[in-house]
Amino acid sequence: MADDVWQVAVFTLTMAVVATLVMLPPGIVFAWLFARHRFRGCTALETLVMLPLVIPPVATGLILLRLFGRRGFFGRVAESVGLEVIFTWKAVILAMAVMGLPLLVRAARGAFEQVDRRYEQIAASLGAGPLRIFFTVTLPMAGRGVLAGVLLAFSRAVGEFGATMMLAGNMPGSTRTIASGIYIYTEVGNDAAATSLMLASIMIAFGSLWFSNRLARP
Amino acid sequence: MSFSLTLEFTLQQGEFSVEIDERIEADAIALYGPSGAGKTTVLEAVAGLRQPERGRIAVGDRTLFGSEDGVDVPARHRCIGYVPQEIALFPHMNVRQNVTYGAHGAPTEDLSRVLAVLDLEPLVERRVEQLSGGEQKRTAIARALMAGSRMLLLDEPLSALDVALQRRVMQYLVRVHDEFNIPMLYVSHRADEVLMLTDWVVQLDNGCVTASGPSKDILPRV
Repeated sequence: MADDVWQVAVFTLTMAVVATLVMLPPGIVFAWLFARHRFRGCTALETLVMLPLVIPPVATGLILLRLFGRRGFFGRVAESVGLEVIFTWKAVILAMAVMGLPLLVRAARGAFEQVDRRYEQIAASLGAGPLRIFFTVTLPMAGRGVLAGVLLAFSRAVGEFGATMMLAGNMPGSTRTIASGIYIYTEVGNDAAATSLMLASIMIAFGSLWFSNRLARP
Repeated sequence: MSFSLTLEFTLQQGEFSVEIDERIEADAIALYGPSGAGKTTVLEAVAGLRQPERGRIAVGDRTLFGSEDGVDVPARHRCIGYVPQEIALFPHMNVRQNVTYGAHGAPTEDLSRVLAVLDLEPLVERRVEQLSGGEQKRTAIARALMAGSRMLLLDEPLSALDVALQRRVMQYLVRVHDEFNIPMLYVSHRADEVLMLTDWVVQLDNGCVTASGPSKDILPRV
């Protein structure tokens, strides 16, 4: 593969790993909340988190652009602390994280629901507080399902296109990902580069999905 | 070691309700009755896993639940070792990790003593799925003891064991009772077990107390 194709592949993998790490804490908290608690606005919050699964990715990108643009609420907050988000690698991470989050939440929620509450009750009767119960009983017992969700979300992040294009653009060396690379190389007739990236994305996606499916099996 | 137990509460569980009004001074108490009598519900209320509608639960002069005083000590602060019928050992931990889960920095001698009394020393590194039914019961009892429990709640500890294993586990229970001098609340539907291990029996049927008194007086009649 040519150097720029390597660069795009490595950049995408790095961004996808960071995005997965970024979405992990909120993803696990949301999944646990939805699996274990019923509260006012629970269904609305869950629907909101799941929305990127069903609306066009470019629409998600546009929403993020409005929120993180110069005139957006988060954009102004970021600017006030000297942080530039849109059309930078940070925007790539943000788009990947938002698009991957629903898959992580959905898989992890199912995994948490599978953990028999009796184990948590026993841990409580042994003197453990809620945090200790979560980290020593609930999370380890849901571990396989959560990891399957993490891999699924990572795969989604690697293949992210629409939201990333809207929020981060397609700048060689700074925001170009595998998906946007395939698009642009095809547009300019660089079939070899487009094919190389396509094969790279298939290999990455196949590997992580295969592992995710294995973990999801009992 | 005699202890006093106050069970005066009403607990609704769907269509089923448990009403109990007992103050008992005994060494080891049995909740005895057929399946569905409400024995486990009472045990779970004492453990803090179910909340009664109203009433009072106290061990000695320590109120664990009191609707009038607004007291409801969380399960984790009750210092009550609960051994449920379905053993619920943590499957991702080995025997040692299970036994020490609630130990909170208990001295190593305590762990050695508990492991010795329950013959668990050779099994400490084994994973839960490698244990027999009797070994799992002993591990669950050890775990409850190591949590610094002031009282043990045992829910049908001999169920789902073959006759030979039942005899062995019963010997361990007697040994635990003698060695650790710990009050016990024991759930069973079998008179022989209750007679062997407890000195007071509360007989339950359909959520209500039908008899209460010294085991040797109550059980020969049933």
